[in-house]
Parts: sequence; structure tokens; C-alpha cells
Amino acid sequence: MYEFDWSSIPGALPFLWEGMKISLEITLTAVIIGIVWGTLLAMMRLSSVKPLSLFAAGYVNLFRAVPLVMVLLWFFLIVPKFIEQLFGLQPGTDLRLTSAMIGFALFESAYYSEIIRAGIQSVPKGQMAACSALGMTYGQAMRLVILPQAFRNMVPLLLTQAIILFQDTSLVYVSALADFFGAAYKVGDRDGRLVELLLFAGAVYFVICFAASTVVKRLQKKFHPA
Amino acid sequence: MIQISHVSKNYGAFDVLKDCSTTVQKGEVVVVCGPSGSGKSTLIKCVNGLEPFQSGEIIVDGTSVGDPKTNLSKLRSRVGMVFQHFELFPHMSITENLAIAQVKVLGRKQEEAMDKGLKLLDRVGLKAHAHKFPGQLSGGQQQRVAIARALAMDPICMLFDEPTSALDPEMINEVLDVMTELAQEGMTMMCVTHEMGFAKRVANRVIFMDHGRIVEDDSKEAFFANPRSERAQQFLAKILHH
Repeated sequence: MYEFDWSSIPGALPFLWEGMKISLEITLTAVIIGIVWGTLLAMMRLSSVKPLSLFAAGYVNLFRAVPLVMVLLWFFLIVPKFIEQLFGLQPGTDLRLTSAMIGFALFESAYYSEIIRAGIQSVPKGQMAACSALGMTYGQAMRLVILPQAFRNMVPLLLTQAIILFQDTSLVYVSALADFFGAAYKVGDRDGRLVELLLFAGAVYFVICFAASTVVKRLQKKFHPA
Repeated sequence: MIQISHVSKNYGAFDVLKDCSTTVQKGEVVVVCGPSGSGKSTLIKCVNGLEPFQSGEIIVDGTSVGDPKTNLSKLRSRVGMVFQHFELFPHMSITENLAIAQVKVLGRKQEEAMDKGLKLLDRVGLKAHAHKFPGQLSGGQQQRVAIARALAMDPICMLFDEPTSALDPEMINEVLDVMTELAQEGMTMMCVTHEMGFAKRVANRVIFMDHGRIVEDDSKEAFFANPRSERAQQFLAKILHH
């Protein structure tokens, strides 16, 4: 019978917290860049300019058709070299966090753009007509009228995607980056208490994501009481 | 003010507008009627370029709408339009709805725009609702706000696209009253509507459309007294007996 020994956890908390900060940092960066770039992609995809809509469609389909782990590995292998050359950094500078952030951001943009595209399409067509009739340009109409309404409809979906993203950050273990999951793994490995540490990490992910989902559900009720 | 000459439009093989020509003089009120699917809404949306057309020409106050060199946004800012479904911006208060285009399109100061908006809101009898949101108003009230929003831009003419079709019967008159008042003040108006009572009261001319063609274009007296086409006679017989 396996005997649990949780004693290595309290001492490792500061290290685990450092890991959690990295997980949150990646999530936050990817969500922000993902929403901004995803919005641009969605607008390109809905645009009547063919090259733009083809580019956006290609981008979205490409990223949605490859596994996230693979994208992360590509960026882990390629981006550091690229950035080193671009900024003339010493070879071997630790760019794992940066490349993970870029990888996640570009990957998540594809998913966000699909959510945002649906959001834009959920705004009645007459709203755009009304903006045009008042003399607004396409950009003004989008910024002042269409996107604010689209985002209001989309908030729950965007947050849900952020929660999934937070869980997915654990995949950065492929680049040996000590995010929360990676940190837990390292501590468990060091103390020979892998099972306890992974159970603990799982519990922490569960609590955070479950709490966040509950908040999203509340928000959903507030925005769409029905 | 508005000259429409030989305008045609098709969606593939389907002709929506066939060789439509008419004019609206300054200060004139022209009612466009006809059975649904006759192209009347499409025609009025061509006037401010919301719908593109393949051939013909529309000149509004000396500017050609179909010309690719025309600054359509600028032209539209001078032509007011009221829609069937109001299309107020639901995420903004009534005052913001009234002010936003004045500020962003005409470059007026926020205060000036607010003032103007409130004056017009008073004129359509809704001053008390200034701080509400569109969703808190009835359909008739929303449509009156929409008219005020269009008027806030100091338009040279107004286009109405079935402004009362989405309203409950008891709210139709409050909107028609505002429109009647506007017509009596000399506003140039082109109205797509089924409200023949309104047409009889305030229109100078009535245009009757069927299958994308302008079938009749006559003074209201002539149109209501003896419509020439059989289609218009049938239409009037059906509508006026209600």
C-alpha cells in the first residue's frame, strides 16, 4: 500500500509560486495578444478584400489543424535563434519564456479570432447600415458600435477560452520551462514524491479553473438573463 | 435635390430594380409604395449608397452617388435615414445615440452635440427619457429617437425606410405625427411606407413600384383619384379597405 507523504510541499511553496507566476504571465500575455490579433484576424476574415480574408482563413485553419505542443516546440526551437539575431543577443540567452509567450499568443489568436468573428456576426446587420447612414467610416462603425456590442456578447466565451488557455500553459514543460506544472514536477522528482506533487498541482488547477468557470457562469447570467 | 435616372440593379439573374427614374425636388415629400418585394426599400437605400447599383445614375444635391470618386461617408452624413428596425445603438444611452455621429463625423464639440440632441429629443417629445437606454423605450419612442438622431446631423433631406412597419398599431401615429410635422416644416423627404393616410395628408407625389419598376409616379391627387395601372388599382383597393 502506497503511503502518501505531503511533507515536501510546504517548503516548496515559494518555488511553486514562482512557477504559478510564469503560468499566469503566459496566460495573460496570450489572452491580450490573442484578443487584439484575433480581432484583426476576424475583421480581415470578414473583409471583402480577398487577399486579406484568404490570409486570415489560412492562418486560422493552419493553427487550428496542428497540435499546440508541436507549435510550442517549433517556437522553442526557432524563435530564440531568430530573436538572438534580430537583437544581437548572446547565443544561449534564455528565451524560453518569450518563445512560449509568442507561441501561445499566435496559436490562441486563431481560436480567439473565430470567437470574435461569431461575435461580430451576432450584431444585427442594420447596425452597420445605421452607422454608414450617419456618415461613419467602416473603422469608426467597428470601433464605436459593432465591436463594443460584439465583445459584450462574447465575454463569457472569451473568458472560457482563457481558462482553457491557462490549463494548456502546462504544455510548456516540453521546453523545460518551470511553470506551475513544471515546478511541481521538478520538486516531486527531486524529493521522490512525484505522485503527491502532481496530485497537489492537479488540485490547484482544479480549484482555480472551477472558481473561474463559476464566475463566468455568473457573468453570463448577468449579461444574458434568460 | 434627388435625381434618379435609369437605375438598375440585379442579384445575379434576379432584377431588383429595372430602369428606375424619378426626381425629388427640394421641399417635396414623396411617398414610395408598392407590394413587398417590389424593390422600394432597395431603391431608397440606393439613394445614400447603402445598396450599390449596376447601372444608371443617382445625383443627390449635385453629387453622384455611384461615382467611385465620391466620398460616400461625407454624402451620407448630409442625408438622414430612418430604418424599419430603428437601429439605435443599444449599448449607448439616448443622449449618446444622439451625440455620437455629431461628434465623430461632424467634429462638433461634445457639449454642443448634447445640447442639439436634447433640443431635438424635446421636439419629438422624449426629453424625459434622455438618460435611458434604447431597450427601455417602446418601439414608437425608439423610432422617434432615431428620427431625432438623423435630424441632429442637419440633413439636407430625409429617407424613411418603412418607419412604422415594425411598430404596434397604437404607436404608429406618434411616429407619423413627427414625420408630418417635419414635412410641414419643409423638409425634403422620401418615404417608403404603406401608410396611405400619411401619403394623403402630406405627400406631394406618390411613386408606385412593382417588380422592380416604377409603375406610377404622379401627384397624390391623381394617384389616389384614378391610378392608371391595374396593379396600383388592386394594391389601393386592398390597402384602403382596411
